[in-house]
Amino acid sequence: MASRNTWRKFLNAFMFSLTGLCAFTAVGFLFFILGYLLWNGGRALNWAFFTHLPTPVGEAGGGMANALVGSAKLLLLASLVGVPMGFLGGVYLAEFGGRTFSFFVRYTTDLLNGVPSIVMGIFAYTVVVLPMRHFSTLAGGLALGVMMIPIAVRSTEESLRTVPQTLREGALALGASKWKTVASVVVPAAIRGIVTGFVLDLARVAGETAPLLFTAFSNRFWSLGWNQPTASLPVMIYTYAIAPYEDWHRQAWAAGLVLLLLVLVANIGARLLVTGRMSVHQV
Amino acid sequence: MPGFPKKWWPKKSRPLRRSINMASLPITVERAGLEHRARNFLRRLRSGDEIAHLITLLAAAGILLVTGLLIYELFANSPLPRQKFGWAFLAGRTWDPVMENFGALPFIYGTVVSSALALLLAVPLGVGAAIFLSELAPPGISNALTFVIELLAAVPSVIYGLLGIFVLVPTLRTVVQPFLKTTLGFLPLFQGPMFGVGMLAAGVVLAIMIIPFIISISREVLLAVPVAQREAALAVGATRWEATWRVVVPFARAGILASVFLALGRALGETMAVTMVIGNDPRISASLFAPGYSIAAVIANEFAEATSDLHLQVLIELGLVLFFLTIVINALTRLVILSTTGRGTAH
Amino acid sequence: MIKATEESPYLEPGVAPLARVDIKLRVAGLNFYYGAKQALYNISLQIPAKRITALIGPSGCGKSTFLRTLNRMYETLPHARAEGKVLLDDEDLLSMHVVSLRRRVGMVFQKSNPFPKSIFDNVAYGLWVNGTRRKAALAEAVERSLRRAALWDEVKDQLHKSAYALSGGQQQRLCIARALAVDPEVLLLDEPCSALDPIATAKIEELLFDLKETCTIIIVTHNMQQAARVANVTGFFLLGRLIEFNKTEIIFKTPAKKETEDYITGRFG
Repeated sequence: MASRNTWRKFLNAFMFSLTGLCAFTAVGFLFFILGYLLWNGGRALNWAFFTHLPTPVGEAGGGMANALVGSAKLLLLASLVGVPMGFLGGVYLAEFGGRTFSFFVRYTTDLLNGVPSIVMGIFAYTVVVLPMRHFSTLAGGLALGVMMIPIAVRSTEESLRTVPQTLREGALALGASKWKTVASVVVPAAIRGIVTGFVLDLARVAGETAPLLFTAFSNRFWSLGWNQPTASLPVMIYTYAIAPYEDWHRQAWAAGLVLLLLVLVANIGARLLVTGRMSVHQV
Repeated sequence: MPGFPKKWWPKKSRPLRRSINMASLPITVERAGLEHRARNFLRRLRSGDEIAHLITLLAAAGILLVTGLLIYELFANSPLPRQKFGWAFLAGRTWDPVMENFGALPFIYGTVVSSALALLLAVPLGVGAAIFLSELAPPGISNALTFVIELLAAVPSVIYGLLGIFVLVPTLRTVVQPFLKTTLGFLPLFQGPMFGVGMLAAGVVLAIMIIPFIISISREVLLAVPVAQREAALAVGATRWEATWRVVVPFARAGILASVFLALGRALGETMAVTMVIGNDPRISASLFAPGYSIAAVIANEFAEATSDLHLQVLIELGLVLFFLTIVINALTRLVILSTTGRGTAH
Repeated sequence: MIKATEESPYLEPGVAPLARVDIKLRVAGLNFYYGAKQALYNISLQIPAKRITALIGPSGCGKSTFLRTLNRMYETLPHARAEGKVLLDDEDLLSMHVVSLRRRVGMVFQKSNPFPKSIFDNVAYGLWVNGTRRKAALAEAVERSLRRAALWDEVKDQLHKSAYALSGGQQQRLCIARALAVDPEVLLLDEPCSALDPIATAKIEELLFDLKETCTIIIVTHNMQQAARVANVTGFFLLGRLIEFNKTEIIFKTPAKKETEDYITGRFG
């Protein structure tokens, strides 16, 4: 009996140590990723990275200025597509929705959220690239924008739902109509959660590569306007990483560091702003 | 929509006369009728509720439209492979763009096996970490560690791929695979040439990518188990581990299962990290050391340079297959979640 | 229309009648339903103008439901409906335009609910949302309302601070000021002091005394002493029915119905 209890005590300590190891391993992964990128990327990062165009294949040097601008343009387009529809859809579900229609909208939003990013790229290809007969920033922006919609809807709806009903009643009791209540009281009360949701959404979409591979494609030069193919940071990382040139590998590390830092800063900032409200399984 | 004026323009040929002596009416009465209708509409418009409802409704309907369009476009742009191969496409093993002979099986195999391997690695690690974070760690540390782990979910796929190529693959090739071969080489799983890239690499990368989802959700579900359950087990003399493993975890098993399905859904659709380490070779092999291919990876690699219409449409068809896979997993996740809410706190 | 010859509920047989008062709200045969469930049964009463009317009764007796019928707050709930006659100054309350109704009948809630805006914007909200944009007009109305709510001296230097910086009692007075800013004829208060300490409660009761000169006040309270202190007329609700409605002294000293007496003496509640 005594030995059985010793075994049980040992098992208790052992299993909990094991689980602790699991937890710290998981945490370790992030620090490893960050550390490795800081080390390799930091060494390769220089001023030219931000200001120069890529040099011809095989030549050393150059930078990714066009990729940075390209990513910015793509994100701008994505916001124009994703934010209005996501915000208004979320307002509908939280404030105006009828029961059955809302169910379908939520279900479809969930479905859209589960669509693999590469399939989103195919969609943008068929809708924009095929008719235009060439790759373009527009197509890439559309793919990323549609990807933004489900999370924008969900974060807007959830933020609006946290606003207490008594605030709405207070406005209605003063003679405000429903839409004025929503616009001047409810949305401002929820604006923090809504904005952080959009920031997280944008950060997620900023790192997406697959939907851009055959929509915005890539470009060794500046992409002027909106209907030329454009370089983007994630696609450059991919292209450079799988190529056989050492110099390109170095630049891929640098670009990876820049992308990771942008994404992490946005995430940490947004999550700290709304401490603990958005957890990862909502992204 | 109730109340929304159906016609606001005046009906032209309807006279405003009833049983009134026309001679006594000023001419402005007829205009007054139209003005009244128009003013009514404008008043409703100014109250704005109807417009707001309409605008937000249109946005919500737009989401339905976009999704419908997506499904439609996938179907409409891939008729050729359905004509040429039919259902046999899913079982075909050859992938020959030159001879225009395409089969989806190697990719389905690669997607499923890499995801299954990822789950095999990630679920024990993830659930273990979740147990630690919910049962053992004090709340402050638990929250801080979870915050950090959840950041893993924000790391872009291509960065996982980057580290995969330059860190994981060499490590596998030089250390792990030889070790596995010498110790477990009798299993067909660990035979064959060791390139580093291959199914094992894909499985490991995917595992790291999906761990934060399993940890985050499982931890929340475990935290939600009523304290009374734990206390009941401890009161009969169980050790903390026994109480956790035999009472708390089973209570939370539906939620943990839901997290597994969610992670599976993510793993199936992952593109960049997989294509950078899986080897991109459309073959079916029993060995984990062998390179393979996934649906997302082949689309990523070949779409922009598809050699023919059939080739392109085959890739779109593959996208459709992947889409359906994720829909099925999504439905299963919802079913699992529904079954928990139905049961409430009962087992 | 209630005929003038109908018995006034204030008259006790054998007792001299009240001095003539104007009636602000006439309720006749009001029934209220949440879906299939009936919450109010055949309520009839007359609310006197420029007086304080208290509604008392145990939890769940329908007094808050009745109060919310008077400014049609139930319309946010999908299956709620009111049937019967409710007249505000001889106008049908149940069918008038709801925005104009709510400008004439204001409401203060149980727990103070200031908007996440500045003190100034809170008080000005009612006017702002109904079209007043001129800064001078808003500023003047804000000062007037804050004075009526006995809050002006405490906040006049911090009008642009957030409303959440105020204490609980101050926030409730802010909500009263906000309701007063649109100059309502009737003010409904739903247990306004239940979340407040006795000092804050006393301040609010004091300001109600001043307010009734210009405004008809109806207050729901579960605190009988408050009703006895404050109200001219009291109504006792029980299980959705109006058991008794009369001058406050009569309700508390010589109630006509046994249920009223049981409640007053604390036999249930």
